[in-house]
Amino acid sequence: MITRRDFLKRTGAVTAGATIAAVGGINVKPVQAQITKIKLQVKEGRQVPSVCPYCSVGCGMIITESEGKITNIEGNPDSPINLGSLCPKGAAALQLAVNDERPEKVLYRAPHSTSWEEKPLDWAMERIAQKIKEDRDNSFIETQDGKLVNVNPALASLGGSTLENEWNYLHAKLMRGLGVVNVENHARI
Amino acid sequence: MPGLGTSYGRGGATSSARDLQDADCIVIMGSNFAENHPVGFRFVLRARDKGAKVLHIDPRFTRTSAMSSDYVPMRSGTDIVFLGALINYALQNDKYFKEYVVNYTNAPFIIKEEYQDTEDLEGIFSGFDPEKKTYDNSSWAYEREEVVLPEGEPANLSERLAREKLVGRPKRDETLQHPRSVFQLMKKHYARYTPEMVEEICGTSKEEFLMVAETVTANSTPERTTTFCYAMGWTQHTYGVQTIRAGAILQGLLGNMGRPGGGILALRGHANVQGATDLSTLWNSLPGYLDMPAKAREHDTLEDFLRAQMRPTSFWQNYPKYLISLLKAWYGDAATAANDFGYDAIPKTLGNHSHYKMFEDAYNGVIKGMMVIGQNPAVGGQNASFHRKALANLDWLVVKDPFLIETATFWYEAPEVKNGTVKAEDIGTEVFYLPSTVFAETEGSFTNTSRLLQTKEKAADPPGDCRSDLWFTYELGKKLKDLYKDSTAKRDWGIKNLTWDYEPDVNPRFKIQEPSEHKIIKEINGYDIATGAPLPGFGDLQDDGSTACGCWIYTGVLPEETVNRAANREGDDYQYLNWGFAWPANRRNLYNRASARPDGKPWSERKKYIWWDEAEQKWTGFDVPDFAATKAPDTPAVPGGVGLAAQSGKDPFLMLPDGVIQLFAPAGLADGPLPTHYEPPDTPVSTNLLYPNQTFSPTAVIFDHLPNNKVHGANNSDYPFVITTYRVTEHHLSGAMTRWLPWLAELMPELFLEISPELASELGVQNKDYVTVETARGKIEAKALVTKRMRPLKVEGKMVHTVGMPIHWGYSGISTGSVPNDLSAIVADPNVFIHSSKAFTCNVKKGRLPGGVA
Ligand code: SF4
Repeated sequence: MITRRDFLKRTGAVTAGATIAAVGGINVKPVQAQITKIKLQVKEGRQVPSVCPYCSVGCGMIITESEGKITNIEGNPDSPINLGSLCPKGAAALQLAVNDERPEKVLYRAPHSTSWEEKPLDWAMERIAQKIKEDRDNSFIETQDGKLVNVNPALASLGGSTLENEWNYLHAKLMRGLGVVNVENHARI
Repeated sequence: MPGLGTSYGRGGATSSARDLQDADCIVIMGSNFAENHPVGFRFVLRARDKGAKVLHIDPRFTRTSAMSSDYVPMRSGTDIVFLGALINYALQNDKYFKEYVVNYTNAPFIIKEEYQDTEDLEGIFSGFDPEKKTYDNSSWAYEREEVVLPEGEPANLSERLAREKLVGRPKRDETLQHPRSVFQLMKKHYARYTPEMVEEICGTSKEEFLMVAETVTANSTPERTTTFCYAMGWTQHTYGVQTIRAGAILQGLLGNMGRPGGGILALRGHANVQGATDLSTLWNSLPGYLDMPAKAREHDTLEDFLRAQMRPTSFWQNYPKYLISLLKAWYGDAATAANDFGYDAIPKTLGNHSHYKMFEDAYNGVIKGMMVIGQNPAVGGQNASFHRKALANLDWLVVKDPFLIETATFWYEAPEVKNGTVKAEDIGTEVFYLPSTVFAETEGSFTNTSRLLQTKEKAADPPGDCRSDLWFTYELGKKLKDLYKDSTAKRDWGIKNLTWDYEPDVNPRFKIQEPSEHKIIKEINGYDIATGAPLPGFGDLQDDGSTACGCWIYTGVLPEETVNRAANREGDDYQYLNWGFAWPANRRNLYNRASARPDGKPWSERKKYIWWDEAEQKWTGFDVPDFAATKAPDTPAVPGGVGLAAQSGKDPFLMLPDGVIQLFAPAGLADGPLPTHYEPPDTPVSTNLLYPNQTFSPTAVIFDHLPNNKVHGANNSDYPFVITTYRVTEHHLSGAMTRWLPWLAELMPELFLEISPELASELGVQNKDYVTVETARGKIEAKALVTKRMRPLKVEGKMVHTVGMPIHWGYSGISTGSVPNDLSAIVADPNVFIHSSKAFTCNVKKGRLPGGVA
């Protein structure tokens, strides 16, 4: 059996600012020393650490992959956040990945059409880029009320709050780079 | 974010779920914690098992109520009355935390004579413009001493601009007796928020209210702490920000902020709401809570902008460093002092571009194309049928999601197409559906509700042409940069010069390579431009163009080229400082300087957390101190000082102008300096008992010009019942990530309406009968779930029935149903433009819709 801890545990060279020890009666012993040994269900395959994509609790997960296929997803017992448990959504996350309902091709619906057509990914990417440029060039507002504003009012982006930090950063950068002000996601307060 | 932000300085949750285990009392209000954040709830149970009181205050009895020490019912949308009455109880009965309040809040500050309260003006504050429905907040300001200007030359741009904006220190009365002190103004403002008023307006009995008041105040002392947890039940109202403010004021008065087992835990809805806000895919902000330049403001040049946004006497005095470093990250070598570091290329907002305005612009044809990536507005938006109309008016639409969600299929599967009102042939939208990866098929990090960044690793390649969102944005950016590469037009300067090199660090294990996570996280973290070395902390950022940084609050996540602290995975059983990385600077409980007395000693041995180590001359404890590490408690504020020098060694709330909690918010809010009760735009009562001339929030944004978007107003007999919407454990949001999963679809297969046995018998409805639910916006059907969990409450002398419905359904997927969000109206709070889905009104009738669709 692969020993999970050897590769799932990872600590940077930089440790926290506060001294970590048993201070003032507070227990700061490692979590893994306290949990009963939770056995991973699937022992075959490669295991990688992950984080649940549903709610904001941020439960740690361990994903098992074998021959390029995801075969199991379960709670990470080392995570101080969930200590190995997952709720029904997190526990069902395997079906988010392995699911016959997932389309694998780009689908395209021409204006006024009543059906989808499958299209190559490159074709779609090219056409989306062209449309963005065309609309931007036609509608761009350089000045308004005597002020320089540099706004592209024709494009809007609606993101989701279950997407990664890296995407959010890059996407915000690209949108502002194109002069887009219509940028939103789920987040409110 | 302004609810917590204007009160404490930062918009993030101030503590973590794990910190709850140290609370002596946990108040869960506006949240069904047990069902919506189930795994985090274990720490509530740990606290309860150690003897803590857990109080659940909510319109619905849920599993959270079942596991709490006490459940207290209330009418949906009346939280400010309840919280205001708790504030009043603490003030009237001397049960606030005196030493904390005098030292760590603005209670002693004196407000200008011009200020008039809602008590003086029957429900509005001074400065209201009834035409525009907005406030001029100049009368809400402090009275100030003469300004002291520093001597010598400023060291840098940030210092120069700060000096230009310096004002005198606020006048204070530490006895709290001055009639215009914040303390006395608050006392007056909340004097009529009594237990009797709670009983009348909220429908909660006086006894139940007093039990809460006594429990909370008894558990908020030097020896004991109380935490508040909230979610969308507080936020989704036309006064949502003010509800959070009311909780924030209360926690300030009770001295619970910055202390272990205290604070306010905002329970965000999605895995990365916090990160998406921090980084920021929101219309009005740039990464790290920097503001988007706006046409309407003095933002013409970089210096104008920085001067306008400068907050000279707080940590925000460093603002120019963060913005200029961001511009350097985005425009690289092309950004120079001579061209304002490319500032002009950042678009200026032309007005409001928030979600609902955006869909209005799409509906009106101003917006031509829309990219929807990871959201499902066709069923998830309020007044969802309006959202579908807007989508049908677009020239083109990109939907990128793992499943064929309703936003992609609206043109052939929406109820209005199915019932023949709209023909697919008449919809001109060109639709691109791009299949997405799921979380397990990409790298990257999420920032959880406790501001904790955690990375995940890629487990396998995605199937077919599924690609990650990051891949899409990166490749799209490359194509666009290519299309603009030869342009010499000024307006194309931004896209041409945008730094855009995130080529994959090839991993031979996979066929599909992702843009380099390392390069992105390094840019977010920030680096020294001359050496290329990552910066260990935001203290290293400069305003002279020598540093680049994509999001200053995340600086420190990658302190060295090979160390990503978001990937740290060594947890301990307390604050797990070596598990992930919490912004800012890995601090777990924010404002933790307040866990010590003004003199730096812990308030009590039991609640010891961060304290001043006299021998070492530094702050120490169980967390990273949220304070200047070696600034002694007796350090005086420097007269004429800027930034942290303007604050003393006992001012814990260093992001705010005076280093203390703003119980009264002199600036930063569109709808008033103190939370005030108004009724929701749809309300079962005939008037606002507290302010009969002002039933509704005077600043609420009502989109009544949109088609089918009328509000019901007060006591509308066509729509007699209150309806509140919510989530269940087994589904998420519009169901986009759950209704396609066989296990979850089987566990929670169909839409239902929870109704009380009393209402069911009035309507002649049995459990599992179909009912039709109707509002001025839409009509849907669902099965009745008759349950004692829903309780009629006596309000205004009559019985008010509340019904409840989960939001997760739509017309695509393997579990389908009516669209609950077709019922709600597009209305919004004036600060963050959040909608009102927790308290609106409806009618319920027995029977189905013909053919199942409206
Ligand atoms: S497993 Fe459940 S509680 Fe944990 S993060 Fe996922 S959705 Fe939230």
